[in-house]
Amino acid sequence: MSPTLATARIQNPREVYGRTLVELGRADPRVVVLEGDLGKSTMTCYFEETFPERFFEMGIGEANMTSFAAGLALTGKIPFTNSFAVFAAGRAYDQIRMGVCVPKLNVKIVGSSAGLSDFGDGSSHQTVDDVAIMRVLPHMTVLVPADAIEVRKMVYAAVAHPGPVYIRITRNDLPDVTREHEPFVIGRPGLIRDGSDVVIFAMGQMVSEAVRAADALAAEGSGARVVNVSTLKPVDEAALIALARGFRGIVTAEEHSLIGGLASVVTWAFRNEHIPVRCVGIEDRWGQSAHSYAELQQEYGLTAGHVAAQARAVLND
Amino acid sequence: MRRTRDPAELARIARLIRAHIVRMVGIDQKGHLGGSCSAADIVTALYFYQLRFDAARPDWPGRGRFLLSKGHSALAQYACLAECGFFPKRELLKVKTLGALLQGHPEVDRTPGIEANTGSLGQGISMACGMAAGLRLDARDSRVYCIVGDGETCEGQVWEASHAASFYELDNLLVFLDHNGLMTNGKLTDRYNTGPYPEKWRAFGWHVLEIDGHDPGAIVGALDTAAGLKGRPTMVVAHTVKGKGVSFAEHRPEFHNGTLNRAQYQQALRELGADPDAPFDETPLCALPEFALPGGAAATTGGAA
Repeated sequence: MSPTLATARIQNPREVYGRTLVELGRADPRVVVLEGDLGKSTMTCYFEETFPERFFEMGIGEANMTSFAAGLALTGKIPFTNSFAVFAAGRAYDQIRMGVCVPKLNVKIVGSSAGLSDFGDGSSHQTVDDVAIMRVLPHMTVLVPADAIEVRKMVYAAVAHPGPVYIRITRNDLPDVTREHEPFVIGRPGLIRDGSDVVIFAMGQMVSEAVRAADALAAEGSGARVVNVSTLKPVDEAALIALARGFRGIVTAEEHSLIGGLASVVTWAFRNEHIPVRCVGIEDRWGQSAHSYAELQQEYGLTAGHVAAQARAVLND
Repeated sequence: MRRTRDPAELARIARLIRAHIVRMVGIDQKGHLGGSCSAADIVTALYFYQLRFDAARPDWPGRGRFLLSKGHSALAQYACLAECGFFPKRELLKVKTLGALLQGHPEVDRTPGIEANTGSLGQGISMACGMAAGLRLDARDSRVYCIVGDGETCEGQVWEASHAASFYELDNLLVFLDHNGLMTNGKLTDRYNTGPYPEKWRAFGWHVLEIDGHDPGAIVGALDTAAGLKGRPTMVVAHTVKGKGVSFAEHRPEFHNGTLNRAQYQQALRELGADPDAPFDETPLCALPEFALPGGAAATTGGAA
């Protein structure tokens, strides 16, 4: 129950996403892929090589790509639209809203290089807001994988789920924190590591940081339960509450604005519970360029150390 | 349902469609009279001449697809769908009421015969491209028809879609430009000129035809011609009059989403050959003997695609 990240396999979620699309393309002829000229970053290049007739290069035109995908869905296809998250979700927001989400079309939107993971390119290419704007759309399902294992399962789940799905994928390599043999079910939070004092609800990249924080807390004699909240919508509030029953405090951890993401999910879910909550995430501010992701993690307060500090604080609340 | 290519008969049906548009705009309410009337002859020719469909099975995979990228002209499409038997005609009188089958703009999951959600401009033409690509992947011979407004061409997405249609050689796509020359607040040429349209679409690699969008013979002719044009999508630039058929609304931008008082409402219906005091006739055209096909065959046998 206590994965040690020191020996965990490291995988790249984009790479696994690209390979999984090919598997699904083979299994289901309805799967088609649209790309906004970033196929060697989003890794849809594998699908293009294998199924060129079901791959649509849409150029740098995310609005048209998204509505075009809606048209494909209306003829029974299962289209995946691909770009950096800032463009896939933000640039095409109105197209997702009216064309896809209102009629509940079977379009899967994959936001790649999400969060601050495109560290060098700065605020124009980073997303602090994608989960928030996708969550507010009725009919939308919002998924944020904690590792590459979960990416693969989520892509399968997205195809099996009728309706719009947004999947947020980081550019970073991530250690495996979830287990290969455990099924992924949309809406179900996953127990990653157990403890009995504080619950850390974490999203995406921050799940592995939370595990590292739990290691540090354990050395100090505090038990931290780490829960992977990889479905940001729909939220199983009862499951979240059950996972925190009997605990002294809650910490949330996300690489996203504190507005509209995991902090919003958890504080709302616990609105009638009497348990202190502290939140780790991006304050109401934009990203910026840096020479490494680690620098941004430090600048924005997104390290295991920041999570552990909030856990210590909440245990004293 | 019997199809007709007779210009006089199509013109008579279009007058009936325009009378329904006026009824749906109603008295002292707001409604998109201008753009619905400018597109009415094209929409009428699509349903009563061209489109292959089965009103009893709106999702029949072999149907032709028609969507309004200028979703605000929905009243014209609703009137045709009702006359073709997709839903009871009385639904027309409930348009835009709470819980209505017929929304202010088209919704695919709510209204039989509607193919996509449109209303936010510029998106429908992209959806039409995606549909054409999807039908081609399935090797279906169905064609996709779309109407774009000239004011709508201010939206950059129209041109993104025009690139895509040309690049993917979507020759199963036919788009009409409803070129009525008016945007909400005045003349396009005065306020925000996006022309010249034929030259622009030719430069984007489309076949381009240019017609009088109120001449049923010309519309039918363009549909016939376009069916034989291969390798590229076809744009039919249709010169139209906003508010066509209602004298006081013609060429008048204030009737884009305008209001009719009681006197205007009655005058409009009379000009369209309808008696404002007569009870609403709930029998659709498709149920009349002159539109019946021998042996009660479905509309799937008519039309080109």
